[in-house]
Amino acid sequence: MIRRLRISRLSIVSALGRGLAAHHEALSNHRSGLRPNDFPHVDLETWIGRVDGLEEEPLQGDLAAWDCRNNRLGMAALQTDGMIEAVEAAIQRHGADRIGVFMGTSTSGIQQTEWAYRHRDPASGALPDSFNYEQSQNIYSIAAFTRAVLGLQGPAQVISTACSSSAKVFATAWRYMNAGLCDAAVVGGVDSLCRMTLYGFNALQLVSARPCRPADQDRDGINIGEAGGYALLEWADRDEDGLCLLGYGESSDAYHMSTPHPEGEGARQAMQQALDRAGLDASQVDYVNLHGTATPANDRSEDQAILAVMNEDTPCSSTKGFTGHTLGAAGILEAAISCIAIEQGLMPASINTSTKDAAIRANILLEPRRQPVSRVMSNSFGFGGSNAALLIGRDS
Amino acid sequence: MIRVGLDSVGIYAPGMEGWAMARETLLSGSSYDPGQAMQPPKPGLLPPNERRRTTPLIKLALQAAQEASDDSQANASTLATVFASSGGDLEIVDRILTSLDLEGSPVSPTHFHNSVHNAPAGYWSIASGAHAPSTSLSVFDASFSAGLLESAIQVVSNEQPVLLVAYDLPPPQPIYPFRPLVAPFAVALVLVPEAQASLARLSIESVAADTLTTMSNQGLEQLRNGCPAARSLPLLMALATSDTSTLHLPELPGRGLDIRITPC
Repeated sequence: MIRRLRISRLSIVSALGRGLAAHHEALSNHRSGLRPNDFPHVDLETWIGRVDGLEEEPLQGDLAAWDCRNNRLGMAALQTDGMIEAVEAAIQRHGADRIGVFMGTSTSGIQQTEWAYRHRDPASGALPDSFNYEQSQNIYSIAAFTRAVLGLQGPAQVISTACSSSAKVFATAWRYMNAGLCDAAVVGGVDSLCRMTLYGFNALQLVSARPCRPADQDRDGINIGEAGGYALLEWADRDEDGLCLLGYGESSDAYHMSTPHPEGEGARQAMQQALDRAGLDASQVDYVNLHGTATPANDRSEDQAILAVMNEDTPCSSTKGFTGHTLGAAGILEAAISCIAIEQGLMPASINTSTKDAAIRANILLEPRRQPVSRVMSNSFGFGGSNAALLIGRDS
Repeated sequence: MIRVGLDSVGIYAPGMEGWAMARETLLSGSSYDPGQAMQPPKPGLLPPNERRRTTPLIKLALQAAQEASDDSQANASTLATVFASSGGDLEIVDRILTSLDLEGSPVSPTHFHNSVHNAPAGYWSIASGAHAPSTSLSVFDASFSAGLLESAIQVVSNEQPVLLVAYDLPPPQPIYPFRPLVAPFAVALVLVPEAQASLARLSIESVAADTLTTMSNQGLEQLRNGCPAARSLPLLMALATSDTSTLHLPELPGRGLDIRITPC
């Protein structure tokens, strides 16, 4: 059993709103945050999970050079749920140079580069002088930005493994802390809507024209969303009733760049590792928050893995119908939803799913279930066959 | 202090098409031109049809990875991997963003799945049949140091070997003025538990520091300073000369890695 990491603070922003309370309210009342696509410069028939208000929240003053949609969304997440204040208090306990920053993203601030490409000099093809590659598009931008806002000086990195990115940050933080490189960590993920992902997934014929329907017999693809979230992690040294990372697992499919392993081999390994590290068996997991993107192949593959590792009657649901698939932020968003499930005793339903696919044998919740929840498995799988599973629960 | 062993090296860069050629170049003492021509990398582990669908950056990374893996005692099919690149595949980004501005925004599906930062890691795991954990990271100019630290931590945490691959390619024209990298560069190291070291032992410490080890040869220093993956050159030079030495590699603003290298 690995040493447990306490989730001392959590903050989250998605199409469901800003903060844990807004997410709890939506999950509880079965309210989806999806809307018909209204993203500028995108002419596609689909639904999206868009965060309101970011257009009116430019980064200013010392932070102005970081301004892009992705860092704005990061700022919104830092300003939610008392995250900035919690990190300030952690700096008092540990020191700014002893707190690491490990962030996940898939496309970083590439929307800024999309803007620059639309404003090329007609004669020379040059991008506008105001384009700032390092602080917007570069993959590392969100971690550098987070360090700047919080005044942290410990180790840092950005993990970019597509849709598993911000689940893997928990594993990296655990290893850095276990190796003594830092005493606490700010982890999280931020991914924002952009033309590249909307048109890219559309080119792969993975985007649904309707609200996505995970595990439904008529499911036909994903809705893309955006989200930002953070978790402050410290060792769980005392007897306390807080939320903890109990285990994690990471694996590779070694199968295909954009199609999951048909038997869910990598997913199975990731979940099994998480159980093994936690010293738990499958019967001790109360709920699984599925990756559940609502493509025919993904949900079928994950179902195979669930049946191989978990008990057949373990309640499962995907919350992509509430938020859309937030890609590099899916790991932190669904870790936050897992924490809400435990703190509120609420297993969210697979919203929009009307008729469960008969070929899917896992116990998919079609209605929210209110009962005590102690431990949750949260799955995140990405392109390139990158898989991560987190086991979150109370430290008891 | 983290102690690991080094088992093998792979490299692909101008004048350094493999570790044997790189050693000669590093030890020759003659002038070095980072702009010299380089044979395009052609990693043999990818089947030809798969190789056609990949990009120059993916081929560059896999070429170095394959050399290090072939020269290592570790089994590629069970090897955990860490892929480190400052900016990933900016050539693919350029192609996709150019398509977005055409009528109907016809993005190529292959370009899109190749655009993820972990595309080289994905092709590597498919080609080597490795289900082991893999991460792909960036710390801008310090991506090599970050990858080395991440790999070393994984070796001591799991007592298993790790393949580190660090690689960067100069971006195409519209982005180039904003990110002017001087040359392509890929380096791969198989790191192992210290007791299994065959090439060298490394003691790595992350410290508050601003000192840096540079290259005395002007052309090599241009390369080191002009491509994030080439920040590994002082380490490669110490390996080539088989000298015990302490190196200072850049990490984050105000932080650096102190690396004590003891060749076997």
